Amino acid sequence: MKHLTTPFIGISAAMLAVAPWIINAAPYESTMGLVQKVFYFHFPAAILFLLAATICGVSSAIFLFGKRPNADGWAIAAAELGLVFGSLTLVTGPLWARKAWGVWWVWDPRLTSSLLLWMIFSAYLLLRKYGGPGSDKLGAGMALFGMANVPFIYVSVNVWRTLHPQTSVVPTLPADMGIPLWFCFAAMTMLFLSLLSLRARLEHQRARVEALYLAEDEA
Amino acid sequence: MSFLRILLVLAALAFGAPPAIAAQQPPPQSEFVPVDEIPPGEQIPAINLVAAAYGFVWVVLLGYVWSIARRLQKVEAELVDLESRKR
Repeated sequence: MKHLTTPFIGISAAMLAVAPWIINAAPYESTMGLVQKVFYFHFPAAILFLLAATICGVSSAIFLFGKRPNADGWAIAAAELGLVFGSLTLVTGPLWARKAWGVWWVWDPRLTSSLLLWMIFSAYLLLRKYGGPGSDKLGAGMALFGMANVPFIYVSVNVWRTLHPQTSVVPTLPADMGIPLWFCFAAMTMLFLSLLSLRARLEHQRARVEALYLAEDEA
Repeated sequence: MSFLRILLVLAALAFGAPPAIAAQQPPPQSEFVPVDEIPPGEQIPAINLVAAAYGFVWVVLLGYVWSIARRLQKVEAELVDLESRKR
């Protein structure tokens, strides 16, 4: 995986560079027009935001209950990526909403719960950076709470009346809208996995550096 | 005589002109009435929003790749240094 990350980042960067032309060729949506094209980056970012929360939660559970310190590195990596992809979702969404709904933000269940998850990631990372001893276990608990939020975010648009499009939109997309969407999704997923692997490696190397400093102090 | 004429003109301006000017102005707004739809003149063109969204995604992703590469380089250099000291 270590040697695959750089080519994967290169391929995904090339795909994202080509994406505007493919998106430009996609047809306009009947009611929203041009601004609906934000969807081709907004949807992959949102799904990867939820995936990051799930990876962070699962890794934290493995760390907490399976006593495997390496899993904690994966949890930190996923939390940081969750913050990045969450920021992309929460910025591109309002840019789309301003034109489609006439407002930047509404406090509906999907938007509010997504903001809450983003805040959980922010709190988790602040806790891990400044929390001191014991913050790893407390952080793992927070990550589990964040993961519990994921199904709520996903189904919220189907359960409550909201301005946000429902989950049925994506499976029913016509091919000329679906191809650009899945192309962008593949590019962003490849980038996400490469960055996750690199970020986890950074955390594992940091743990090795810490262990070496401790060994030096003891000697 | 001319002094009296000037006084009359000034009096006419002082008392007669303000109602005339007020008649030309629109009536003051006594209440704010909300509308459901944003007037066309207030709307932002979609292309600006789409360009801002794509620009933001690109800047954040490039910045994050650069940040990880820099931090990884620093930690790996520290690791090499520590391991060489250990030997």
